[in-house]
Amino acid sequence: MPIAAQRNGNVIEKGSSLGRDAWLRLKKNHLAMASLWFFVGVVFLCFLLPLFPGISDPNITHPDLQSMPALSSATSMENAEVSYFLGSDHLGRDIFSRMLHGGRVSLAVGFLATAVSLTIGVIYGAVSGYVGGRTDSIMMRIVDILYALPFMIIVIILTTYFGNKLWLLFVCIGAVEWLTMARIVRGQVNSLKNQEFVEAARSMGLSQSRIIFRHLIPNTVGPVIVYTTLTVPAVMRLEAILSFLGLGVQPPNASWGSLIKEGADRMASDPGLLVYPAILFGLTLFSLNFLGDGLRDALDPKSSKD
Amino acid sequence: METARYILSRFGQSLFALLCIITLTFFLARLAPGGPFLDEKAVPEHLIEQMNKNYGFDKDLHIQYFLYLGRLIQGDLGPSLGNKGFSVNEVIAEGFPVSFMLGIVGLIIALLIGVPVGVFAAAKRNTAIDYTLMAIAMLGICLPTFVIAPLLGELLALNLGLFDVALWENSSAWFLGALTLGLYYSAYIARLTRGSMLDVLHQDFIRTAKAKGVAPMKVLFKHAFRGGITPVVAYLGPALAGLIGGSFVVETVFGLPGLGQHFIKAATNRDYWLINGTVTVFAVLILVMNFFVDVVQAWLDPRTRSRN
Amino acid sequence: MIRPFPTAVFLRRISSSIRTGLAAIVACSLLAGCRTETKVDVATREKILLLGNGGEPKALDPHIVSSVGDANILRAMFEGLVTYHPSNDMLHEPGVAERWESNEDFSEWRFFLRKNAKWSNGDPVTAHDFVYAYNRILHPDMAAPYASMLYFLKNGEAYNKREIEDFSKVGVKAVNDFELVCTLESPAPYFPDVVKHTTWLPVHRPTIESFGKMTDPYTEWQKPGNSVSNGAFYLTDWRINAYVKVRPNPYYWDKESVKPKGINFYPLDNVFTEEKAFRNDLIHYTYTMPQNLIERYKEMENSPLRIETYAGVYFYRCNVTRPPMDNLDFRKALAYSINQETIVKYVTMGGQQPAYGFTPPSEAGYDPPNVVKFDPDKAKEHLKKAGYSNGAEVPEFTIIINTSEAHKSIAVAIQDMWKKTLGIEKVKIENQEWKVFQQTVHDVNYEVSRAGWIGDYVDPNTFLSMWVSNDSNNNTGWSNADYDRLMKESGRISDPKERYKKMKEAESVLLEELPVLPIYWYTRVYLLHPDVKNWNPLLLDNHPYKHIDLIAD
Repeated sequence: MPIAAQRNGNVIEKGSSLGRDAWLRLKKNHLAMASLWFFVGVVFLCFLLPLFPGISDPNITHPDLQSMPALSSATSMENAEVSYFLGSDHLGRDIFSRMLHGGRVSLAVGFLATAVSLTIGVIYGAVSGYVGGRTDSIMMRIVDILYALPFMIIVIILTTYFGNKLWLLFVCIGAVEWLTMARIVRGQVNSLKNQEFVEAARSMGLSQSRIIFRHLIPNTVGPVIVYTTLTVPAVMRLEAILSFLGLGVQPPNASWGSLIKEGADRMASDPGLLVYPAILFGLTLFSLNFLGDGLRDALDPKSSKD
Repeated sequence: METARYILSRFGQSLFALLCIITLTFFLARLAPGGPFLDEKAVPEHLIEQMNKNYGFDKDLHIQYFLYLGRLIQGDLGPSLGNKGFSVNEVIAEGFPVSFMLGIVGLIIALLIGVPVGVFAAAKRNTAIDYTLMAIAMLGICLPTFVIAPLLGELLALNLGLFDVALWENSSAWFLGALTLGLYYSAYIARLTRGSMLDVLHQDFIRTAKAKGVAPMKVLFKHAFRGGITPVVAYLGPALAGLIGGSFVVETVFGLPGLGQHFIKAATNRDYWLINGTVTVFAVLILVMNFFVDVVQAWLDPRTRSRN
Repeated sequence: MIRPFPTAVFLRRISSSIRTGLAAIVACSLLAGCRTETKVDVATREKILLLGNGGEPKALDPHIVSSVGDANILRAMFEGLVTYHPSNDMLHEPGVAERWESNEDFSEWRFFLRKNAKWSNGDPVTAHDFVYAYNRILHPDMAAPYASMLYFLKNGEAYNKREIEDFSKVGVKAVNDFELVCTLESPAPYFPDVVKHTTWLPVHRPTIESFGKMTDPYTEWQKPGNSVSNGAFYLTDWRINAYVKVRPNPYYWDKESVKPKGINFYPLDNVFTEEKAFRNDLIHYTYTMPQNLIERYKEMENSPLRIETYAGVYFYRCNVTRPPMDNLDFRKALAYSINQETIVKYVTMGGQQPAYGFTPPSEAGYDPPNVVKFDPDKAKEHLKKAGYSNGAEVPEFTIIINTSEAHKSIAVAIQDMWKKTLGIEKVKIENQEWKVFQQTVHDVNYEVSRAGWIGDYVDPNTFLSMWVSNDSNNNTGWSNADYDRLMKESGRISDPKERYKKMKEAESVLLEELPVLPIYWYTRVYLLHPDVKNWNPLLLDNHPYKHIDLIAD
């Protein structure tokens, strides 16, 4: 049975009011709104809380005060009074403070790299899928080629020529993550482009770029948002794997990925090192996920009629 | 013969893509600093020169490249520089079955868990069941394999004694590896399935079917499933490639002699021929998978087929 | 409503199988004596030693390898003139040589070979095999990475550098089939220690030449089925990243006293995996031990944890050609502000000794100068002398480390010590991938770099010879005429006491100039199953496997 849909009416009619409608619908979704506020809270926490004096320097070590439990305080051999909210790690550093500082890195990497991959992937996939034929074949083979390239070698080469810079992380990760996005969007566009509303748009004489950007891309928004909510954690994980290989964020600085990596190594002796950052990381991703679902529903007018 | 021509041209493209990958890898590997003969204890300069000569690395790079291509056509991937005495062919012949088994079993686990969970969650959309399932899936996605793998090891092997925790020979540790990969990818597949099932379920022909009184089960599986599974199929190509190529964390954690470990070690050892060899194998795998995915997608969605 | 039967069935099946499994385990733990035989139990019964062995061997050719793990396998397969004693590094066990003697000033050594030594194919081992092996490793075409170990031989270096073409000019001769004479470049009373090293092992000429020329570095001769060796064991299986297996050599001259019926080496290079494999009763011995679990194991009753002195030093190299490290007072300020006790007590935690000198104190009777000690006041003084009124004025510099959790922790701790004691703010740490790191160190393209050195034989020479000008392991840009002279002089002295005195003088120069910041002296920290008997602490950790027995504990 052919897949038939008549979305054209919706898209063309609603046009400018789409955004506001979506916001109104989103506001009705309590889970999504809660997620939104939680996420905003985490961002504020990571970026603003460390500016207050109560939060200690994340890189100060007290080797003799290692593995302190949460909410405890002690005096170090250098006579420093230390009291840490979530206890200390294997070098006696403040886990809570490291989590906040690590969050800055992870959130920045996660969002910038996802934005890079989203932009490249969606445009590339949409053009490839819409134009089709030989262009599509060539574009998809380029994606295949890039898929198969040894990512690690490329990262090593880049970091040795440009140094271990944080912006390189964005570039590297963004450059890898757009590939899957492109394939998914292309698949969607490929199945959408023969539907009636596109035929209609074409017969009305709309330009190709207008059809792609105004009609096709908005209709891929569902899978794209779902995949984006998958990309943010993937990016953060990739960042962790890079620090696993010694690339990426450099010690003593941390990211959530590197903290979780350290925690995973020490989970048998120091579960807190894994649990605290993993909970914060997990909750953040949960909130992003429910926010993504909410957005998806809000942006898809049909869903509200169910 | 439209189909035959399509397949033939697609095959030609893939071959060209393969050549590009081999070429790029060859030169990229050489750009990386450090060489295969550097060691922690310093090796005198004249010996490094001699070793470069022994392995033919003293010739111009483009000559080495053509020599390599020449050998490649004859199926000879060259000697492994990090595992002296073994050829790259042998290393890959030993490592590939391990990774392939991990990948295939992992993928089966991922599909067995991911697709039903996704379909179920879509059917129960916006209920507590849906949220719980998706929350678990999200947990699976955000916990990196280097967390899941040791956790499974501690839990299933060391606490419950169901599996061995490491090693390949006479050991069940490989199943833990496949399980780790499977759980991880099942989370992805569950979310993708749910998303695309929802898309399809909102379409008018489903409403029509429902309105006509078709049994809900039948609507779900006969009508919606085929369309809903398309993005999942598109994902399978990259997923299998990722499973086989990205299994290095799992292989390291469980001490399995797979291609992922070979590749990472080749890269860190600057074992040029093994880097090229493993990348070539990955590339062939990805190209073959994508080829099949395109064909299957065309079969699932007749409209794509008609355009090609 | 839609009834999702496939999921439910699937979940039910999974849960039922989990339930059955759990029930079986509970039932089993309730029944006393229901202890299934573990892999280690089976291996003990069959007398197969299962050893974790770090990384995958690069080769099983004594002339190619350089890592400690590779040497472990070769020690099982090959036997040199002299071999390691099972419990004391200072004693020598006769190997292929029954006895040996030297001339008065220790510059010429005569080895008398036993007549019943055989290769694993039944061929006799003769003095010519050793001459052939030394020719092979020193031959410039072979490009053996560790050929410098044979520079002890007269003209060995010249031959290796192609300065002379004629091998007969090199100081090794087979007087007859069973008598070998080594003439040395300079006196070495410790020469029997040197010839224990893997680079001095013999190889079987017909085997090597049936797979290629003598100098072909990578032929198939080293594979199972092809490999012929003269030790207590011979190679039977080798699968990359999975295992190397050796079984008793039926022609070995001392086969009656070979206790194990085989050894399996497992290349588990992830320390956490190795520890788990041990806990899971899959291996008898771990190569290393995760630092964070040391305390846990220490608390155990009958703990399998072993902590033993090991001849090695962990230190930082300073690039003395680059500011700010080119300033001696600055280097001193850095050295005196590293609290070595804190590092061994709280960071490495494996019973390591704080390194106040460079050469580890050893049973060989050498006592290094104890001069580099934590002293904040002295450190601040030197910082002033170096021209910085406070630490904030110090320009940015970087510590490079290769990727490892342990190196990272130490670097972070030291960085913070410099910050606390001297107020230096701008110290960066850079993690480098292994080969990049090696290249950077080799090119002396750094300010401070992490380093470690394990002795090749029991003598301070193995630690001090690398600091001579232009030694390929120096890599600091440091060169000192006094040091070179003292080291050269020490090489000519045959009396051990006098020699050590000269070397101590040389080491004092090194520690006064500080191209290195010593941090700690190594220990071997590992896990050993109680079934393994006669495994004794050894300074160089070179266990002769034939004496090790397996008896269920």
